[in-house]
Amino acid sequence: MADLAVMLVKVVAAFGALLLLAAYMTWAERRVFALVQVRYGPNRVGPAGLLQPIADGIKLMFKESVIPAQADKLIFVLAPLVSLVPAMAAFAVIPFGSSVTLFGRQVDLIVADVNVGVLYIFALSGIGVYGIVLGAWASNSKYPLLGGLRSAAQLISYELSLGMSLLGVVLIAGSLSLKDIVAAQAHYPFILLQPLGFLLFLVCMLAETNRSPFDLPEAESELTGGFHTEYSSMHFAMYFLAEYCSMITLSAVAATFFLGGWRGPLLPPVVWFLVKVVAFMFFFMWVRATTPRLRYDQLMGFGWKVLLPLAILNVVATAGVMAFLG
Amino acid sequence: MELAFFYLFAAGIVGASLLMVTRANVIHAALLLVLAFLFMAGLFVLAGAEFLAGVQILIYAGGIMVLYLFSIMLMNVGVAVRLRQWHRQSVLALAAAVLLGAEVWAVLGRGGYPGAKAWGWGLGQTPGNVEALGEVLYTKFLFPFEVASILLLAAMIGAIVLAKREITR
Repeated sequence: MADLAVMLVKVVAAFGALLLLAAYMTWAERRVFALVQVRYGPNRVGPAGLLQPIADGIKLMFKESVIPAQADKLIFVLAPLVSLVPAMAAFAVIPFGSSVTLFGRQVDLIVADVNVGVLYIFALSGIGVYGIVLGAWASNSKYPLLGGLRSAAQLISYELSLGMSLLGVVLIAGSLSLKDIVAAQAHYPFILLQPLGFLLFLVCMLAETNRSPFDLPEAESELTGGFHTEYSSMHFAMYFLAEYCSMITLSAVAATFFLGGWRGPLLPPVVWFLVKVVAFMFFFMWVRATTPRLRYDQLMGFGWKVLLPLAILNVVATAGVMAFLG
Repeated sequence: MELAFFYLFAAGIVGASLLMVTRANVIHAALLLVLAFLFMAGLFVLAGAEFLAGVQILIYAGGIMVLYLFSIMLMNVGVAVRLRQWHRQSVLALAAAVLLGAEVWAVLGRGGYPGAKAWGWGLGQTPGNVEALGEVLYTKFLFPFEVASILLLAAMIGAIVLAKREITR
């Protein structure tokens, strides 16, 4: 019974923190964006605009959700959930701190230590594709359909390289469990052994979350927003949250695989973990503020002809060195 | 507890599959198939085969079905819905179902697939899923594994050749 209670507390705390972080990342993104473009950004609601995400949330909740007349209503309503739930659930296997002792009990700071954690994350991100494709199709409208097709093609292409870029780390750590991978980085972070894998992951991470410069699926100048054009109110907000949740999850994956997860000197583990995740989030914003969008054929060509061969090369080279060293 | 989950997943597979073959809308049918795959992954988890569950979702639900949806979305679903859904083959289908059922019953009656127990690991006591699967696949079942790989490679090359010819015409 006590185990169940601990589990419940962990789930609520982790996902509450994830949603809160996602909400505040929208604020941070707008502020960073404004700074880059020499503007102020949202600064009216609360000190430095800190209450802006809450105000936005309340506004979206009370707006009417418009469903197009010719839409497939059931799928239209379900699609944002199909996007949000896997994006949140993927966070479950990420260790966000070492174990702590609470009331005489040893509690590991990870929601679920699955022994195939890496596969679990990719399986869920594969399901997340459905949210976008279905939302696009169910809207029964041209721009969303075009956006949905683009993003399906893009996500499938870049998922391959994303997975391959992590294989090198899996080979070195000898485990698919994220907890073991953090444990294997006790002496030095894997970024030192896998610099190419890290770079590949950074690029694929941007593409996998539909972020600039790979944000063609929602290119507002040609597709008026892509797959979520017809969405409004909380259904729209769910897509938005899903995007930020998967950005945070992938940032956490990057921190766990290449930067040693929660490991670090002086500061407590949870703080180190947060620092690393927020650094990657800043990287997302920085790239979006400074790079133009790729053309569609460039995007597909880059994914298949550059990233995938490099990722395969990285895996083969790592495996060769591992075999050579015994 | 496990039994309850087993029946939940099993009922899910049967229900989703039945709905899938009776839907007129192809997109709905495809989604119900994805649902059936997810329930199947649940069964794998119950059997202690987490790796298989992950791969099941990753490849079938995440890869193959997305491609199916991708191509279905490009055709006009409205026309497909108006097409005739039944083809008066119920006698044939019934015969095939009885035959298949008899085969499954015969295999189960003999205590499962021969060789399934030969490896000697009971449920839930594998020495780590990925290692166990890799070991079995690259030692005992190496030949079938390689044959399947060649088959997939041949299918892929065939598909590319067929598609290429249409473009150059």
